[in-house]
Amino acid sequence: MTQPLLEVANLTVEFATDAGVIRAVDDVSFTVTAGETLALVGESGCGKTVTGLALMGLVPSPPGRVVSGSVRLQGKELTRLDEQALRDIRGSRMAMIFQEPMTALNPVFRIGSQMTDVIRRHQGLTRRQARQAAVEMLAKVGIPVPEKRIDEYPHQLSGGMRQRVMIAMALSCGPQLLIADEPTTALDVTTQAQVLELMTELQREFGMAMILITHDLGVVAQTCSQAIVMYSGRMVEQAPVQELFARARHPYTAGLLASIPRIRERQLQQLPVIEGMVPDPLHLPEGCRFAERCAKAKDYCLLAQPELKPIGKTASQVACYAPN
Amino acid sequence: MPRTEAQPLLQVSDLHKHFPVSQGWLRRRQALRAVNGVSLEIAAGETLGLVGESGCGKSTLGRAILQLQKPTSGEVRLAGQALQGLSARELKHARRNMQVIFQDPFASLSPRRTVAQIIREPLDVHRIGTAAERRARVEELLAVVGMRSNALNRYPHEFSGGQRQRIGIARALALEPDFIVADEPVSALDVSVQSQVLNLLGKLKAERGIAFLFISHDLAVIQHVSDQIAVMYLGRIVEQAPAMELYRSPQHPYTKALMSAIPVPDPARRISRIALQGEVPSPLNPPSGCAFRNRCPLATEVCARQVPELEIFSASDAGVHQVACHHPD
Repeated sequence: MTQPLLEVANLTVEFATDAGVIRAVDDVSFTVTAGETLALVGESGCGKTVTGLALMGLVPSPPGRVVSGSVRLQGKELTRLDEQALRDIRGSRMAMIFQEPMTALNPVFRIGSQMTDVIRRHQGLTRRQARQAAVEMLAKVGIPVPEKRIDEYPHQLSGGMRQRVMIAMALSCGPQLLIADEPTTALDVTTQAQVLELMTELQREFGMAMILITHDLGVVAQTCSQAIVMYSGRMVEQAPVQELFARARHPYTAGLLASIPRIRERQLQQLPVIEGMVPDPLHLPEGCRFAERCAKAKDYCLLAQPELKPIGKTASQVACYAPN
Repeated sequence: MPRTEAQPLLQVSDLHKHFPVSQGWLRRRQALRAVNGVSLEIAAGETLGLVGESGCGKSTLGRAILQLQKPTSGEVRLAGQALQGLSARELKHARRNMQVIFQDPFASLSPRRTVAQIIREPLDVHRIGTAAERRARVEELLAVVGMRSNALNRYPHEFSGGQRQRIGIARALALEPDFIVADEPVSALDVSVQSQVLNLLGKLKAERGIAFLFISHDLAVIQHVSDQIAVMYLGRIVEQAPAMELYRSPQHPYTKALMSAIPVPDPARRISRIALQGEVPSPLNPPSGCAFRNRCPLATEVCARQVPELEIFSASDAGVHQVACHHPD
């Protein structure tokens, strides 16, 4: 069996706050094979973004800290690398793009200089060669008149164009893994569709793997092959996307799928809901974190946390004592 | 109009809201036509869903209707009363009947007031009831939105987004309005909470007969809540129809493109997107004629010359279907 591109094992990240320590990511393990698209799905505060940041070695510290676990990219352990070594990897072998490109781009530098910085840092090209490479990359992500746009500042571009620039920058050194954190959430639907199509095309062309962090199950269904559902810092389900939508095993996944507003044949009187709220991260229950919102919860669900276990011989895993 | 009810609750005709903008080194003054000639009606107890992408003017339209931003021209009538030209005092009185729920439940509640003070404020402003009556009313409102009375003396920051939105809704209900503008009320909420709040709004509409202008960019949410739906593009309504009719047979090329772009939560159904060219043009410099023409797959020469009027395409018991396009299907 070939080695996976990325192996994450027992990753745990904590944040120190005035009120106490919050475990944002709790014992997360998964692998990503070359070229695949994995979705990290969940609602705000479930730990999906922090997981992405931890993979890149970007958890702000303090207050954050990777407490334990390992992240291996092509067999190389990343969690113990120093900043210098990480910088060689970031951008060249793995890259990340964020929800709001305006905060990720530096407003006082022209797009060209931000892009060529990255390219020259990793590829040792001359200024002129790097500029040429940047123009080509901008053309590839569908920026019209790239040789002119390259000299503009981020504020001169629309939201969709900015996200394209971010993608161009992230892909400029040909990374094997792209982590995209809600890349289209700030965009309008028509622009979102364009950007998602672009990402899928480029991914195919570059043979790159992608981790797509999102709360939008529609985006997952349309773009990903594997999905991990997170709840309150933990993985509750992992499955091929087809399976997940055909038969959600975890009651939380099932509830989430039922409650998304979708265009229907007729209007419903009531939307299905998941009652209640996510538990307070400072006062997590002993047992299953979803138990108090779960219609199927039994007494034993409150006693200890269910482990993530494979379901029979399927490719799916679920952390539930009584999965669907 | 096939509808025969005496008079709609809300009537908006040819409403404009322009913002002056100075640009360039000559500081040339231009008008940004955020709302550019909108007419619509909402019947008592009905919800009109207003859908469009960012910058299309949907929020400005909501604010101009409520006179939170004074319209440049045009007419707004609520229950027969014209709202433009009212004195500050008269307008304050009229506002008892029209309220608003905002998108951001973090920005729209004062962090320094308790939940009880926030919900009671409209009652204080309009001097309704005695202190004891106001207190009782606040408790009742809190129960209506599904919160416990131990929330009364707490502050907004102690609550989650969904609960804050419920507090905002309780405040909007305090004066028992007939009409509420809900501006993206669930966009900031997580999916599992979003459906809770949508169900609450549905219940209020059914039980209290409140009419809503429900503004959203999300076509799935809009479908769920609306009786009628209006699609807006660059300051104008380009299509309006009874909710289910719009999804069954969208006529405007923009509506079609919008619908085809929604990521369907079903991996077995790949979306086949109608590709739009380019991006939304600047509202400062919209194309001549039909504002959508430079992105439209159907555009011809007439589209550059003439602004298409909203015209009746079909009519049924559910209402009329209107579209503003030179080449509808």
